[in-house]
Amino acid sequence: MSRIWKAIVMFVMWRTGGLRRHPTATARDPSERHTGAPAWAERLVALLLLLIPIAAVVFVALFTLHPNTQLLGLALGVTLALLAAALVLAGRWLVPQETKVEQRPQLADPEMTQQVREQAAAGMEGVTRRRLLTGAAGAAGAGLTAAVVIPVVALGPGLEEQLRRTPWRTGRALVDEQGNPILATDVIERSFLTAFPQHADEEDLGSPVVVVRVDPMTLKLPPERAGWAPEGILAYSKICTHAACAISLFRDPLSPSTESKGPALVCPCHYSTFDVLDGGSVEFGPAGRPLPQLPLKIDAAGVLRAAGPMSGPVGPSWWGDPS
Amino acid sequence: MTAVAVVCGALALVDFAAHWDASATTLGKPAMPSSLVAQGQSLFESSCAACHGIAAQGIRGRAPSLRGVGALAADFYLETGRMPLPSSRVQPLRTSPAFPQSKIKALIAYVASFGGPEISVVHPRQGSLAEGQRLFGLDCAGCHTIQGQGGIVTGAIVPSLNQATPTQIGEAIRIGPYVMPRFSEGELSTAEVDSLARYIQSIQHPDNLGGWGIGRIGPIPEGMVAWLLAAAALLLIARLLGERTREDAGSPRQMGGDR
Amino acid sequence: MSGAHQHAKDPVTFVDERLGAARGLRFLMDYVFPDDWSFLLGEIALYSFIVLILTGTFLALFFDPDTTPVLYHGSYQALQGQSVSGAYASTLHISFNVSGGLLARQIHHWAALVFVAAITLHLLRIVFTGAFRKPRDINYFIGVTLLALAILEGFAGYSLPDDLLSGMGLAIAWGVAMSLPLIGGPFATALWGGRFPGSTAFESRLFIAHVFLLPAIIGGLIAVHLAIIMRQRHSQFPGPGRREDNVVGTPMWPGYALRSLGLFAAVAAVLVLMGGLIQINPVWLWGPYHPYIGTNGAQPDWYLGWLIGALRLMPNLEIHAFGHTLVPNPFFGGVLFPGLLFGLLYALPWLDRRFISRDYRRHDLLERPRDNPRRSALAAAVLSAVTVVFAAGSADRLFFQFGFGYEGAVWFFRGAFLLVPVLVFVLTKRVCEQLGRERSYPLRGWSGTVVQRNSRGGFEATPDGDLLSPPEASPESSASRL
Repeated sequence: MSRIWKAIVMFVMWRTGGLRRHPTATARDPSERHTGAPAWAERLVALLLLLIPIAAVVFVALFTLHPNTQLLGLALGVTLALLAAALVLAGRWLVPQETKVEQRPQLADPEMTQQVREQAAAGMEGVTRRRLLTGAAGAAGAGLTAAVVIPVVALGPGLEEQLRRTPWRTGRALVDEQGNPILATDVIERSFLTAFPQHADEEDLGSPVVVVRVDPMTLKLPPERAGWAPEGILAYSKICTHAACAISLFRDPLSPSTESKGPALVCPCHYSTFDVLDGGSVEFGPAGRPLPQLPLKIDAAGVLRAAGPMSGPVGPSWWGDPS
Repeated sequence: MTAVAVVCGALALVDFAAHWDASATTLGKPAMPSSLVAQGQSLFESSCAACHGIAAQGIRGRAPSLRGVGALAADFYLETGRMPLPSSRVQPLRTSPAFPQSKIKALIAYVASFGGPEISVVHPRQGSLAEGQRLFGLDCAGCHTIQGQGGIVTGAIVPSLNQATPTQIGEAIRIGPYVMPRFSEGELSTAEVDSLARYIQSIQHPDNLGGWGIGRIGPIPEGMVAWLLAAAALLLIARLLGERTREDAGSPRQMGGDR
Repeated sequence: MSGAHQHAKDPVTFVDERLGAARGLRFLMDYVFPDDWSFLLGEIALYSFIVLILTGTFLALFFDPDTTPVLYHGSYQALQGQSVSGAYASTLHISFNVSGGLLARQIHHWAALVFVAAITLHLLRIVFTGAFRKPRDINYFIGVTLLALAILEGFAGYSLPDDLLSGMGLAIAWGVAMSLPLIGGPFATALWGGRFPGSTAFESRLFIAHVFLLPAIIGGLIAVHLAIIMRQRHSQFPGPGRREDNVVGTPMWPGYALRSLGLFAAVAAVLVLMGGLIQINPVWLWGPYHPYIGTNGAQPDWYLGWLIGALRLMPNLEIHAFGHTLVPNPFFGGVLFPGLLFGLLYALPWLDRRFISRDYRRHDLLERPRDNPRRSALAAAVLSAVTVVFAAGSADRLFFQFGFGYEGAVWFFRGAFLLVPVLVFVLTKRVCEQLGRERSYPLRGWSGTVVQRNSRGGFEATPDGDLLSPPEASPESSASRL
């Protein structure tokens, strides 16, 4: 065990350079200055600098004649790399190499500090009711803050209407993305489609619903939702109650006898998983609320229609949200 | 082209076999198709019946019935190597087919003899790329990612579509293999399936205008490249630039000499 | 007279006669940079920022921050006739029809990733070497603020093109904003100009925040950051002749200026090469965003990976009282977790003074991580916790590649989040203590004795005690010896 431990320590020390000896503290002045550039360095830097305009011309020519992203990137990148090489070589070989010692400035001058403190205190000279004034200033600050914050918070009541509204009303037909009404017969068992309220804004968070059909015998809806799924056809809001992503995964086992998990809607952002059989309850993942369900009915023409409003607020909750 | 030809050939054969079987129960089966069905039946009994039952009627708790799934499902599962499965508890995933083409044809003929839909006919060239993109975003991207690279759903893995052929795409849309939902003709018409297949073909051959595609799944490989390539390169450059004074003034070796 | 005439031609005289700048120039030219490669991390961030400003300006000349739907009829075939926003269409226009547009976009995005990466590495260097201590605590606060602003700025930029991924990111941002205590609902609604996806004004607000407000604040804070450094001089690692009251290193003129400019060119070269050769955020492949579509495993850029990880790991807890929601779930992963982390970062100088080092003095000599095992262990533990959450954010992809179940992975990461930091704390502390003890004689530290030459020229065994407390055990003692 201790051998393993030592091996780990040795490895860490090797990686961090701990195996090299560390400099002892000496009083030696580390200042030094070397001058005199080697001739090869001067020639090399000059060569690199002379290559830059060539590379730059290539870049400009490509830009005007054949602006291919890869070639442009290569040309400009090579130009800059040449510049980098020239500058670094010049910095390390051409100019004098110098190590200097500079005294660090003392930041605080105690005498000056004292003077300024006194001067600041003098600004309150002759003022007797300091505590009252401080309190009054505090009250003023609090009042100003409240004057700014309260209007924002006061948006609350009207807000509820704004954040909860959906275009779903009793009798509103379900249509697909192109506006064509959805027939109950289009929704076969294990199918998955996205529907919108007829003549409503598809981009509205309250609009999109997922429509699926399950075997009515497997439904576990609460009693008050008994008639909400005609022929086993269910509709749920497509907007996740966790963070407003679109619920665009439907997991429905082909062979329930072998795949243990039942049909569920899943959000692709944080994988909140909602059970479609028992009213959109959360099976897994971070969502704190079930998916709102839309009650359905089938009209005489076989078109799916809303049989009432959504069962709850669509999308994420907020502080104070009545739920 | 050859793939299309093979599919068409197989289709004609199965079509023939299926029709014959439906009408020929009393007349007696003609030589070629019935021999194919018989060959398929013996293959089925040795390779599939352990789970699906001796007459493809399914075994409760092990595998579903295959009566009525048709040539379509048989073609999909056998051509993508998803069947046979080593155990009914694992997810069928794409591998190379377990049987040679002749045996696959025989098995398809046998499964089709119980009736059911025929092998899908998909014409990507007749589809619209833009319509395919829109439909894929709406119906498929949630699981397969918008670039068809595959992903996960709680409880299962979603396969990538990099190797899916148009026929297999059409079949998977109608079957809904494993936990995938399926789509009716009313929801996705044949023409829309053509468009989807065309879109999937386009993402199988991406143009990658920006250069190296790094998997086309977005920020995860991008972040890895940013750290493992860019940050590593810049650290190396910084190490080269910042090393000098250690050698001059703080050199451990020199100081070691002082000691 | 003729001499003055000649002098007027050289730039120093020219500037000095007009601005009296010679003193300032002298100060700059004499400014000493202690040489250590880890001091260049901040410079890499600075130079990435300059690349961001340059490419961003170019992009802003063509980008149209408009979310009004238009039918796309540009040169990209797969989206012909689709309804997209003006912002998305103009991003495609930049990518396909503007000369060098795609190059600029890709350089800009890579530079953003590298910018935040360099700031993060710089922050780690500062934390592990104790460079945040007095007198550098104010500058450290500015640096932590810059990190937060850089992340915000990056997210704003990622959100602008209105492609599928950016739209999903904004939906999550909306959910997190809504979860803020007290003000969540009104705040998010006011910011977005209505319920998500918000009014068309939201894109303009995002645009102004991304191209003006945040960059101006970041640029201003960078200037203050650098001014404070120059006022205090750089910190330095202990070494020969290096004391608390001096700075040893290369002066700005000429060596350091050339090398630093060389680093700028090198950073730019790496970013331009990556921008040209490696595809990043190909928004044409993602397609436009609509609130009713999503793509599997959508991810933010890496610097927000730890937030998506926190959102995914959090169990489905929401606090309700009296028929009202009090704390929606995204609060925990999206507000509380980053709030705690940044709170810890801001509190670090105080925590270190009060509890870790118990040292209120000014320090200009740095510590190596092993010199302060408690601090290093704490920092490594926090870092490991964030890393676990970060890894959890991309777990779906990892598990797709390796075929594990996702639910099991989430439970694995929840356990790791609680366990790994403790292990890392203990391990780091022990490694640091061991390293401190073994010091410069790791090989000989295991066994045997150390033989040294004594003052009389003979040899003698050094007692163990010397090895355990070598003279440079702490910067203070080394300084006092000098």
